[in-house]
Amino acid sequence: MALPPASETQISHLGRLWLYLLAALVLIFLVAPVFVVVPMSFSDERYLSFPPESYGLRWYRNYFASLEWTQATVTSFKVALLVTLLATPLGVAAAYGLYRSTLKFSNTVSLLLISPLIVPVIIIAIGVFYLYARLNLVNTVPGIVLAHTILALPFVMVTTTSGLQQFDDQLERAAQSLGASRWMAVLTVTLPQLRGSIVSGALFAFITSFDEVVISVFIAGGENMTLPRRMFSGLRDQVDPTIAAISSMLIGLSILLLGLAVAFGRNSD
Amino acid sequence: MIAIDEAPSDGRRAATLSAETREQWSMFGLALPALLIVGFLVFLPVGWLFGLSLVADGQPSLVHYRRLLEPAYLSIFTQTFQISFQVTAMALLLGYPLAYLLSQIPRKVAGLLMICVMLPFWTSILVRTYAWMVLLQRRGIINGWLIDLGLIDRPLSLVNNYTGTVIGMLHVMLPFMILPLYSALVKVDTSLMRAASNLGATPMRAFFTVFLPLSMPGVIAGTLLVFVLCLGFYVTPALLGGGRVIMVSMKIQQNAAMYFDWGAASALGVVLLAATALLFWVISRVTRIERLFGGS
Repeated sequence: MALPPASETQISHLGRLWLYLLAALVLIFLVAPVFVVVPMSFSDERYLSFPPESYGLRWYRNYFASLEWTQATVTSFKVALLVTLLATPLGVAAAYGLYRSTLKFSNTVSLLLISPLIVPVIIIAIGVFYLYARLNLVNTVPGIVLAHTILALPFVMVTTTSGLQQFDDQLERAAQSLGASRWMAVLTVTLPQLRGSIVSGALFAFITSFDEVVISVFIAGGENMTLPRRMFSGLRDQVDPTIAAISSMLIGLSILLLGLAVAFGRNSD
Repeated sequence: MIAIDEAPSDGRRAATLSAETREQWSMFGLALPALLIVGFLVFLPVGWLFGLSLVADGQPSLVHYRRLLEPAYLSIFTQTFQISFQVTAMALLLGYPLAYLLSQIPRKVAGLLMICVMLPFWTSILVRTYAWMVLLQRRGIINGWLIDLGLIDRPLSLVNNYTGTVIGMLHVMLPFMILPLYSALVKVDTSLMRAASNLGATPMRAFFTVFLPLSMPGVIAGTLLVFVLCLGFYVTPALLGGGRVIMVSMKIQQNAAMYFDWGAASALGVVLLAATALLFWVISRVTRIERLFGGS
């Protein structure tokens, strides 16, 4: 059976073989580096090489035996969880309110709220550092959580707003006309419909905080050092092969979260 | 009579109006907690830094800005622009063909391949930077392959320098180019391509005279977005540049955290922020900002 032409201009698949190859190379360029560290992390040698000459769990043992690394991991999990719990309700409320509000300045306000996506993080970082130095919030968990929350908020808002755009407003009005109060309608009709968007916003909030480097370099040191901060210092000084093991686990976490986001996104359609 | 007739209806209108206003404000109130946090942690300190950049020794002064015109700073600006420009150009050259292909194949397949584009997005930037350190190092895989293929005799220095920075940044920026491009390219009406071809245009001609011009909003949005993100980029140049590459963001960090020279750090920050704001203003003329980050 002959293949149909590849495009409206009747070009054959062979004729655009170069395009397929180029696209494949770009995809490999995007994905392959991420996975190179996985086999390396199972190296049993003192110095990492690729492919490793012998395999073992040496660097994973090293990670779990190191108080410095495990403590940083626990701090990062704690911070990311608190950020998710804070940024998700704040972001959903803001997105819903600004979507419904027709006040003139509500567009400006939503632009202000997503501005942390736009403003270079280094500027936010030195600003927060300057402020925290005066409030004694440097290297404290509440300080890190608040700073990460402003980076996570825009993601929650963007996903929630795009969910609202696909939501049929009539449903909320129907619930109200059947006697539900405004807030009851929002809680029992609107929010459940937005579940997929909210969950992917929350996952984004979590990973944003868990992987955040730049602000953490300034305000997440001392006994509340986060994992990315420790990795950043590790990579800048001398590369500790333990980072290969940590990287592999972080890749696993990313795939898990991306999978969850895709699954929930599909459910909400 | 008229007055009596109108009075209650006016009153009712006033009542519904105020109910609606109240509704409007209570909706707006939902955004207040978020606005409060962002205002307190972003706008207050940024305003403060802006003030600091205009003061020296307790006197209003432009000395911090004047210093930015010295050769040492000018070369940082040049390097930042050069790297951002190169990375953006390469991202467009590599991103466009992929985005084009994704826009032409069945949505389901495109969705699966899109996961490959999104995966680096979800992976820690440190993991990706580390991967490039490993790949590009003197005895790394890339050098190994190049030697095995007989293309080079001695390993190239691909990392801890300009080259490494550009490669690492390209990898981080590529998804930011592909996503806006893809969302613009799927909207192009392909029946126009069929029309062009029926009228005798070769596939190449049809692409360059019909498809490419129609995809320009996506090209402009992606290019500007990547360029502006490059300008303020910190992590990858700091780790892959090996100290040989100094971009604006790294100088800001140095001034603030190493020398505690807040005037210099702020002035540089204000310039970076102004450049960013200007470019985003241009982007907002072409597309909605939210759309760039996955919203619709």
